[in-house]
Amino acid sequence: MAVSAARVASRRIVNLVFVGFCGLVTLVALTALALILWSLVTQGLAGMNLNVFTKSTPAAGTPGGLINAIVGSIMMSALAMVIALFIGVLAGTWLAEYAGDSRYGTVVRYLNDVLLSAPSILIGLFVYEILVAPFRGFSGIAGAVALSLLAAPVITRTTEDVLKLQPIALRESGVALGAPVWTVIRRILWRASTGGILTGALLAFARISGETAPLLFTALNNQFFSWNMTRPMANLPVVIFQDALTPYPDLNRLAWAGALLIAAAVLAVTLVARAFHKEPRHS
Amino acid sequence: MTMLAPDAADISLAPIDKADVKIDVEDLNFYYGKTHALNGVSIPFKQNAVTALIGPSGCGKSTLLRTLNRMYALYPGHKATGRIMFDGEDILGPSVNLAMLRARIGMVFQKPTPFPMSIHDNVAFGVRLYENLPRTEMSDRVEESLRRAALWDEVKDKLHASGLGLSGGQQQRLCVARCIAVKPEVLLLDEPTSALDPISSAKLEETVTRLAADYTIVIVTHNLGQAARLSNYTGFMYLGELVEFGETGGMFTKPVTGRASDYITGRFG
Repeated sequence: MAVSAARVASRRIVNLVFVGFCGLVTLVALTALALILWSLVTQGLAGMNLNVFTKSTPAAGTPGGLINAIVGSIMMSALAMVIALFIGVLAGTWLAEYAGDSRYGTVVRYLNDVLLSAPSILIGLFVYEILVAPFRGFSGIAGAVALSLLAAPVITRTTEDVLKLQPIALRESGVALGAPVWTVIRRILWRASTGGILTGALLAFARISGETAPLLFTALNNQFFSWNMTRPMANLPVVIFQDALTPYPDLNRLAWAGALLIAAAVLAVTLVARAFHKEPRHS
Repeated sequence: MTMLAPDAADISLAPIDKADVKIDVEDLNFYYGKTHALNGVSIPFKQNAVTALIGPSGCGKSTLLRTLNRMYALYPGHKATGRIMFDGEDILGPSVNLAMLRARIGMVFQKPTPFPMSIHDNVAFGVRLYENLPRTEMSDRVEESLRRAALWDEVKDKLHASGLGLSGGQQQRLCVARCIAVKPEVLLLDEPTSALDPISSAKLEETVTRLAADYTIVIVTHNLGQAARLSNYTGFMYLGELVEFGETGGMFTKPVTGRASDYITGRFG
């Protein structure tokens, strides 16, 4: 007989052991995630009240909220995304459509990958050196620039990847009608890749929304409500960082509420990204 | 590698009256980098006639087609030498305006390539590159093109739906409509039915037959029956050379060269 019964039995045991091990490891990872979410949701909800959305950073002992940090975070993230989308989409398009295997293209692609995994505190220090130290002041703009430097490589990479997924025949049929390559890119390829580029942008947003280190060196913080991006600006990550380190329980609760807000925002953004990614593609 | 019929000629190019030749290819050589893909090809494409290019995979028929609208110019390292006279002007010349050339010589590809926009905008896309038509004239042009591509009746109620939602065969006819909307003189068809089911293929062939009266058509195909049905002239290519050229009827009933004979009777390919 070609297949012995003992052999089949031993295969079955090996398979069971392996599947069991995989399941166990998954359980460990998921348990950690569940515990984090549990403490975040329970403690965060405990700190949540109307003041969070109406009042600014409190002086110790008085009731206060996070509105200055919420607005600061939204403004800096929004400006960062505008800058990063501009740079990322154009750079990704250049890499996918024009650079090819040229040496310059290869170098840019490699450096972008390095930037993709650069420690965010280094980005913060870099922006501190070029935008904070020379102007003798922390500012919301510097914060936005630091965040954009974290987001741009993500968008560059995803833009290049989704453009490269478009069939060559699609480019050629645009060109065959007499359209210049630049028109084909703008009117056909970008449109065909919108879902993918947006997914990349939303992932980049999720990445920067919780960054603390680059903002410590750039936007710093601001106790008061402010629309002024040329001055220091409050933001959720730094407020959480500072409030969590104080000995005051009410500030600690505010930090938890801020953390829950960020997590909720990231979750919402991820769900939106998923929805775009699942957009049906007719072929 | 193949059995050659005894006494067969190596090369047979039927003489053709040059008076109504639309595109005249003379001594064309083509290089993909160092690979020599076309070797001294000379072939006339007659006005308002369908010329089929047949031959085994890799013989250079698509390469020849892609020199006619200089599609290869997209890729550095691709180079053509020789002359391709199109209404008295050399397509390969340095002073050719590629956009204008491609407006006059349209191309339909192997796989349908609808643009990610509405059916109407797909057809209008090429027109907008050259003409600034008022809305009503544009609708007329779109309708006329879709009618000629035999797609109008199927899409007239959903012109603003996405072109991606059509079936494969409809998408391919949409590509034909998009191509003729620009009012070209020549249509290049690169295996236009190879990705379609038999019924869609038949519909596309009907469309091509109806267009043949007004356009100079060059079609590359692996389907010998299709070449026989659609074309007036046929060129058989092998290893980058034009081995036999003549009227389709003659070529399919009495091929002169051994290679063409073997290919048509299915002995290789």
